Amino acid sequence: MEKNKMRLVQGNEACVMGALYAGMRFYAGYPITPSSEIAEESSIQLPKVGGKFIQMEDEIASMAAAIGASLAGKKAMTATSGPGFSLKQENIGFACMAEVPVVIVNVMRMGPSTGLPTSPAQGDIMQARWGTHGDHPIIVITPTSVKEMYEFTIRAFNLAEKYRTPVILLADEVIAHMREGVEIRTDIEVIDRAKPTPGEPYLPYQLKEGDIVPPLASFGDGYRFHVTGLSHGENGFPTNSVEINNALIRRLNSKITDHLDDIVEVEEGYTSDAEFLILSIGSTARAAKSVVNTLREQGIKIGYFIPKTVWPFPEKELKECFKTVKKVIVPEMNMGQIALEVERVAAGQAEVHRLNKVTGELFTVAEINDGVMAVINK
Amino acid sequence: MKTTEYLREDKLPHIWCPGCGNGIVISNIIRAVDALNLKRENTVIVSGIGCSSRAAGYMNFDTLHTTHGRAIPFATGIKMANPDLNVIVISGDGDATAIGGNHFIHASRRNLDLTLIVVNNNIYGMTSGQYSPLTPTGKIATTAPYGNIDRPFDLCELAEAAGATYVARGSVYHVQQLKRYVERGIQNKGFSVIEALSICPTYFGRKNKMGSPVKMLEGIRDNAVIYNGKNKEEGKDKFLIGEFKNEPDREYTESYQKIIDSLKEGK
Ligand SMILES: Cc1ncc(C[n+]2csc(CCOP(=O)(O)OP(=O)(O)O)c2C)c(N)n1
Repeated sequence: MEKNKMRLVQGNEACVMGALYAGMRFYAGYPITPSSEIAEESSIQLPKVGGKFIQMEDEIASMAAAIGASLAGKKAMTATSGPGFSLKQENIGFACMAEVPVVIVNVMRMGPSTGLPTSPAQGDIMQARWGTHGDHPIIVITPTSVKEMYEFTIRAFNLAEKYRTPVILLADEVIAHMREGVEIRTDIEVIDRAKPTPGEPYLPYQLKEGDIVPPLASFGDGYRFHVTGLSHGENGFPTNSVEINNALIRRLNSKITDHLDDIVEVEEGYTSDAEFLILSIGSTARAAKSVVNTLREQGIKIGYFIPKTVWPFPEKELKECFKTVKKVIVPEMNMGQIALEVERVAAGQAEVHRLNKVTGELFTVAEINDGVMAVINK
Repeated sequence: MKTTEYLREDKLPHIWCPGCGNGIVISNIIRAVDALNLKRENTVIVSGIGCSSRAAGYMNFDTLHTTHGRAIPFATGIKMANPDLNVIVISGDGDATAIGGNHFIHASRRNLDLTLIVVNNNIYGMTSGQYSPLTPTGKIATTAPYGNIDRPFDLCELAEAAGATYVARGSVYHVQQLKRYVERGIQNKGFSVIEALSICPTYFGRKNKMGSPVKMLEGIRDNAVIYNGKNKEEGKDKFLIGEFKNEPDREYTESYQKIIDSLKEGK
């Protein structure tokens, strides 16, 4: 095996490196700051490996093209930000319903609307979960470093292929534009979608005993199968049957909720005896970690909890913390979105304190420290 | 091959109203595919949302029924991912020119090898008769109760201007032409647009007192002008039937393949 190399790379560049490692062979996008480097780098690299890049006329078309390419058998990705993420929502729902593996990168910027195009924010956490209509499953993962931009992009493709679902890599502007030294790992497993067994009859939405999801054939394989966003039976054709619809919606959701141990990833520090906890994601988590390390040196029983999978939310893992934690501080670059989830999970077992910043700037270590101390000293 | 083998007969009866033109359009797409000996395994049908877009589900190929207006970009991804596939797109007039209008002009511009058949029934059928960008001025629709004041697109002129390399208009009355145009559209290595003038007796016909389906077909016949290269003016406010453009040009996936090949050689 090739030895892992150290490289100084930008977050968005690391994302493309991860995508190529995972087998991305199609990218469709529409330029938007702060995600444009992902498109630019993809346009350089993809033809070198026989893959395809296309700049579509908008984000709706980009999302559609990525899904089309995936159905034709290529691992596909699209990247965007803020307004573009809003435009992609309808077709993300199509990919959920039709169970098409695809990776969507959303580099969060300050909103609403055009907002502050180059300023960091974390205001799309609920949109990533519920942006498209209807009860749908979704996996959303959140990197905190350039290294994680690389590794989580690989993970995003692996989860998309394994669970036949769109996966959203939810980064913030800081992680996307930051440069860090990264060990480019080449020992990470790559998962490819399960394909139907040749010679056997194929129903594209029939779950076989022991499988996580039904296998997915590619257009052109000879199965002549149908894919639709309408509610459909195991054969893929639309139906108005209430039983079949019920079974479909439940299976779509349970394929994720039955595999939380595989999907949910959290980084925790000092939580075994913590009375206080800082819960945060992305670039905010970096500052939070440093605050916790300093306060621990001062003897304060504080820990950190960083959801690396933000959806499904790491409920079980957080509940475990409430055996000792009495107060949680949730710093977010928004008006309080993850805090809603923390409050739900805490269910009165611990106090939840919000710390919100919407200036379009990063949290400083001092700001989080002050916010935390105010809660501790209350 | 028997033309019924191109249909998923077990999925019939279809959802369309008696007298609807969709069946005639589909049958001529199938006849064209058969005449060209396209392999079913190698041919993908992509559609949007609307009555006409339901066609995909009845056709015995790999079929993709997408979101409203977005069939072309889905098809673009398929064709880019696997240029060996023949990709045929079926869309309604609302699907292709209202919500999907931007995709339509950009696909025309790119000249990616897709064959688009727009079933133009002058109305939004699926949602029960609202006006579309191809509803003629003055006609009645459920959202134009006092007569439509919008000016319609000429779909074929739009396609030509935007750069589509094959453009033709047939109708559900002029079926021989329709089949031939679909055939030529598929043969053109580039973006081909075939407008299939159709009828919606249930909504457009009834609202505008156009009579039975047969009467509506006769209306197309009686008001048709067959294009001869110089009678476009004569076709104004009538149905101009014909082939308007067949000018092959650089195709998108081939241009992209050249980039891939040149990067290989560079190594
Ligand atoms: C985003 C979105 N907007 C609106 C609709 C509702 N809708 C379904 S079909 C349709 C119009 C279809 O008209 P057309 O494309 O002309 O096809 P036809 O039904 O006449 O064949 C509309 C507006 C939808 N499905 N999705």
